[in-house]
Amino acid sequence: MAHLSLDVAQLLAGGLVLVSFMLLYQDRLSGLINIFALHALVLALSVAWQAYVQDAPHLYVTAGIALIFKALVIPFSLRAIIKRLRIHRTVEIVGGVGWTMLFGMFLMALSLVVMLPATTTADPFAREDLAFALAIVLLGLLMMVTRRNAVSQIIGFMSLENGLILAAAGADGMPLVVEISVALSVLIAFIVVGVFLFRIRERFDTVDLFELDRVREERRR
Amino acid sequence: MTGLLFDLLAQAAQMALTLALAPALVGFTRKVKARLLRRRGAPILQPWYDLIRLLRKETVLAEDASWLYRAAPYIVFATTWVAASLVPTFATGLMFNWIADLIALAALLGAGRFFLALAGMDVGTSFGGIGASREMMFGSLAEPATIMIVFVVSLIAGSTQLSEVAAYMASDFSLRVSVLFALIGLVIVAIAENGRIPVDNPATHLELTMVHEAMILEYSGRHLAVMELAAALKLLLYVSLIACVFFPFGLAPPDAGLGAMGVGVLAYMGKLAAGGFLLALFEASTAKMRIFRVPDFLGAALMLGLLGTFLVFITRSL
Repeated sequence: MAHLSLDVAQLLAGGLVLVSFMLLYQDRLSGLINIFALHALVLALSVAWQAYVQDAPHLYVTAGIALIFKALVIPFSLRAIIKRLRIHRTVEIVGGVGWTMLFGMFLMALSLVVMLPATTTADPFAREDLAFALAIVLLGLLMMVTRRNAVSQIIGFMSLENGLILAAAGADGMPLVVEISVALSVLIAFIVVGVFLFRIRERFDTVDLFELDRVREERRR
Repeated sequence: MTGLLFDLLAQAAQMALTLALAPALVGFTRKVKARLLRRRGAPILQPWYDLIRLLRKETVLAEDASWLYRAAPYIVFATTWVAASLVPTFATGLMFNWIADLIALAALLGAGRFFLALAGMDVGTSFGGIGASREMMFGSLAEPATIMIVFVVSLIAGSTQLSEVAAYMASDFSLRVSVLFALIGLVIVAIAENGRIPVDNPATHLELTMVHEAMILEYSGRHLAVMELAAALKLLLYVSLIACVFFPFGLAPPDAGLGAMGVGVLAYMGKLAAGGFLLALFEASTAKMRIFRVPDFLGAALMLGLLGTFLVFITRSL
């Protein structure tokens, strides 16, 4: 039974890493948002399984927050935003999917190499969740680095935050208050970012962040 | 003495079974696909009728074809048949199973692919060259993916030998993510290697995107029959590889009697039918992708294999 519950935990956490890779791979904005919703759904399942295994009811609340806010509210409003920005049909050209994937693989291996020896005293659930969570965080950062569209950078940021929640759920005993405040701050960050998106669009007629660089260069000259 | 005879007979039965069932599997897949598209479809044994007809026809050779061009069909067929009959289909622990190593299978298939590509380039038509270069491009991506999947499976089972892998998988059934990833990766590799629909369309001729058909375009008569049979055997090989590693139910154990082997044959036919049905369903529901999307498709298989290997290592270290 212990073996099976560890297997299920690994299935869900590994699935989360796989969905992170799918986020890196996807170049269509609407598809990206769908996969982000899937990411949050897998996260909710994973946290719920941790709650069941650790017998910690407050983690169910965390899973519920992840499900409602990240799998429903945020994807829904992101979809509304890209509709209003009229970029919902945009296909973002990501330079070199293959190289990005290879680099992602490297980051994944790195996080395993770092995390597994560093946490030898922790229990197996926490160890594997920490290793996977670091991989998800690094993949989210990689996504923010490789994308040039502001909306996909937001999605990279949110998936990074999902990794943090996975780590917090795996490590025993994160208080509910902290959890709720983190969720609220993410929601507020999301609202601020949404407002920013419209401001950027008003100023530059695009949400392509490379435009910002271009403008800055011209000013410097 | 009778034991030895029985072992030899069982091995011969396996070789005959793979050869007999391969075109039938192709026919079955075509039939299911036709039914899914609300057409009637050719009979299931149609590939066999085609092969027999081709064998009776005259063989036309290009003027500047070398000996390689004439030898290639038989080499391709021989490597593929040996590989296909080494995979445990209805029983583990057959006589030559000690040689049925996953790495050896990959090497046999690689040799077959090498000669196929050479033959495609030999007569010097542009189609053959296109097909060969594309086949090599896919091969350079599919083989690393295969090796990663082999790593996953053999790390878990502790052996690269197919009989032992199948026996281990049958005895120790548990939920493993890495095995799931390896399964999906192997399915992707199988689709790409057999030139099935998202990668290549086996039903068309003279289309600019074709791969396998382009290489064998110049063949006729018995050479073409042998090539087609080899292609069918390759499909059967991948289906039975997936069946024996990931769904080893009903496989007869070593030293089994006739009864257990009969059950094994029935189970194997069931698995083949299921594989062919799923393949037809998948083909009917997807469209062919651009040739430059194929590296991404195969890259996903490589990624799944790598992820699976990492997961195996994590489970080990816990």
